[in-house]
Amino acid sequence: MTPLTQAPMALTPLFGFLIDAPISVAHYLAVGAILFTAGIACMATKRNALGVLMGIELVLNGANVNFVAFASPYLAGEGVRSLGLDGQVFAVFVILLAAAEAAVALAITLNFYNNHATVDVDRADDLKG
Amino acid sequence: MLSSTIFAAAEIPATLPLAAINWHSALFLLFAAVACVAAVAVVAADSIVRMALYLVVSLSASAGLFFLAGAEFVGAMQLMIYVGGTLVLLVFGVMLTAQAPFVSIKSGGGDRLLAGFVGAALLVALLMANLSVPAWRQPASMEPPPPSATPLGMALVGVRVDEPPAGGVGNRGGYLLPFEIVSIHLLVVLVGAAYLARAKRRKVPRAIEVAASVEPPASVAEHAAIGRGGRARSVLTGDSR
Amino acid sequence: MVEYLTNTIGLSGTLAWTIAASVAAALVLNVIAGGALVFIWAERKVAARIQDRLGPTRTGGRFGWLQSLADGIKLLAKEDLMPDGADGMLFRIAPYVSFCASFCAFIALPFAFDVVGLRLNVAVFFVVAVLGLEVFGVIIAGYASASKWSLFGAMREAAQVVSYEVPLGMCVVVPVMLAGSMDMVTIAEKQAGWLWNWYLFHDPFTFIVFWVYVTCAVASVNRAPFDLAEAESELVAGFHTEYSGLRWSYFFMAEYGSMFLVSAMAAVLFLGGWNGPIPVASLLGLSTGTGDTAPYLVRLLGLANLVGKASFGVLIMMWIRWTLPRLRIDQVMTTCLKYCTPIAAAMFAGAMVWQVLLPGGLLPGVGRPGGEIREGWLEGPGGRAAAAPAAEATVVRTRL
Repeated sequence: MTPLTQAPMALTPLFGFLIDAPISVAHYLAVGAILFTAGIACMATKRNALGVLMGIELVLNGANVNFVAFASPYLAGEGVRSLGLDGQVFAVFVILLAAAEAAVALAITLNFYNNHATVDVDRADDLKG
Repeated sequence: MLSSTIFAAAEIPATLPLAAINWHSALFLLFAAVACVAAVAVVAADSIVRMALYLVVSLSASAGLFFLAGAEFVGAMQLMIYVGGTLVLLVFGVMLTAQAPFVSIKSGGGDRLLAGFVGAALLVALLMANLSVPAWRQPASMEPPPPSATPLGMALVGVRVDEPPAGGVGNRGGYLLPFEIVSIHLLVVLVGAAYLARAKRRKVPRAIEVAASVEPPASVAEHAAIGRGGRARSVLTGDSR
Repeated sequence: MVEYLTNTIGLSGTLAWTIAASVAAALVLNVIAGGALVFIWAERKVAARIQDRLGPTRTGGRFGWLQSLADGIKLLAKEDLMPDGADGMLFRIAPYVSFCASFCAFIALPFAFDVVGLRLNVAVFFVVAVLGLEVFGVIIAGYASASKWSLFGAMREAAQVVSYEVPLGMCVVVPVMLAGSMDMVTIAEKQAGWLWNWYLFHDPFTFIVFWVYVTCAVASVNRAPFDLAEAESELVAGFHTEYSGLRWSYFFMAEYGSMFLVSAMAAVLFLGGWNGPIPVASLLGLSTGTGDTAPYLVRLLGLANLVGKASFGVLIMMWIRWTLPRLRIDQVMTTCLKYCTPIAAAMFAGAMVWQVLLPGGLLPGVGRPGGEIREGWLEGPGGRAAAAPAAEATVVRTRL
């Protein structure tokens, strides 16, 4: 086999997981993992303070997807007990606290902008050295 | 390709391609793909406003995922509070701190490479942990879940009415105390954020001072005018205050 | 519809669901588009009559009823412009974001008993949540137009819509509390019967809440006197200054769709929904569930009733638009924060006290206490029996 046809063969388990397997908690956790990692990458690479805040929102959302997946009565198979209402209430509280934290973070960012005329976090070095 | 593999799995005659799509899986894949692609686009976008738009798309798609998983209250709450509140706040912040288009705030290539590597490693670790638990790959039961709004509301005031946990072990308490704590917390955050972001009375805002120190103004009269009457421009009212 | 397709025609389950979903989506799309068509013509006629002139009288005959069609053809034929400094992708995507938000809210809106796109048990919450997403289309349009008029208009409108979501939510919670459920079908069914069963006449607090809801709804959809986002005399046209042709018409279909939606919500929550002032269906002896044509006839009557009430609400909005002068942005914010929100909160507290003291309503035997749903859950497997040893349950049981 040429390398060109070898690559699709190696990806078959991925397609199998995506398409053939019935949707289960593992699928939701994969989505949560991708959102979480994207959020971490966003927090790490962005210099704009609001970009960092968007990364935080993505991280919290990834965690929420995990909570809802474990709380879902759909996805629990035989012998696996879902978290039920506990998971959903946890997700509700995460959303509430994320909103509160975003408000405070924005207030801080606005203050920073008023004092430094920029939202570049690399310029927040007044206490350095 | 989607339908053909589903046919093989479901043994349904392939006369009408529309007939045999498992809509639960198809909708899940749609929402999951939109959420993941938009999340990656948030990382990859250059303009902050585009990042905000992709974030809105990603969070709305995950609200769709919540609906699919049977958590209707959480999904509606995500749409209303997270997307409709927090992200609007974020977009307001973006508009209020917007800088000139040619001022690009981007981290260096080395930083991005390192972050990409660490992110990929983290993703691989998470996915491997995910796929290693066989209990998490059970198929879904296709019965409609019980409505969750009333039990959730009653749990938040301390009365648990959902199914008792199997084996009698588990949390049966209500959530009245966390509910009250979060309410007080939100009140404190409201007061704190309003205080932090209040309009401070400055004759010349620091931003204009900083800009003026970088480029000296054209004439002394202009400088005097800025010093006397320059105030912060509010985007809301469009005039000086 | 799904049962009809599976049992009568014998299609497989998935295909039946697909067809039912497609038909429902097509129907809702036609409601919005057809409604926009009618309301644009009605707006011009109402505006004309209030301003003591005639309005369109030539296109299509005496009353100009084809004027909307002519407008549509004109909009389709216009040149598709985009400003030079505009962000291309954002500029193009903004009208669709607004339209999608307005369209998605119709998913959960019931038109008659069980004639609903998706019967959610958090329907009220869902509709209010999705209505709040329309603001994103506005902000993106304003930003992407690269013009200061657009940006100012967009930020004003965003501030207004987001601020008015708070009293809107509080007003909407009062009928939810009276009915005991967020399911709009349940809320409307609890108002079945004659005129006095409507939640509007349930108690004086709900009566006042209805008028606060009207104010907040008009502000939410940016209609006059709260329309400074589109203030023609101040901002050219606000956030849609740079939009022309079909893109502009998407914004306006979204606006008329939202107007119809909040009027239909007011009808379902306060005005009995599809249960009219006179219960025609039960007077005629028809009921849902018996016979072949009776259920459909009942639902058809209900549908006509609800659409009539919603259209009446839209006409009231048009009447207000051409009668009252426009409010300034600080007056808009004052109205929201200093008047609507405290009044809604006080009325919510009052309605709650009324429910506790007079659960049966003013007329004994007519009132519908909203506690059955909660009672039903308490009797269930996780309810009173299992909660007996818990400390919280003793407090609950002595109360109930």
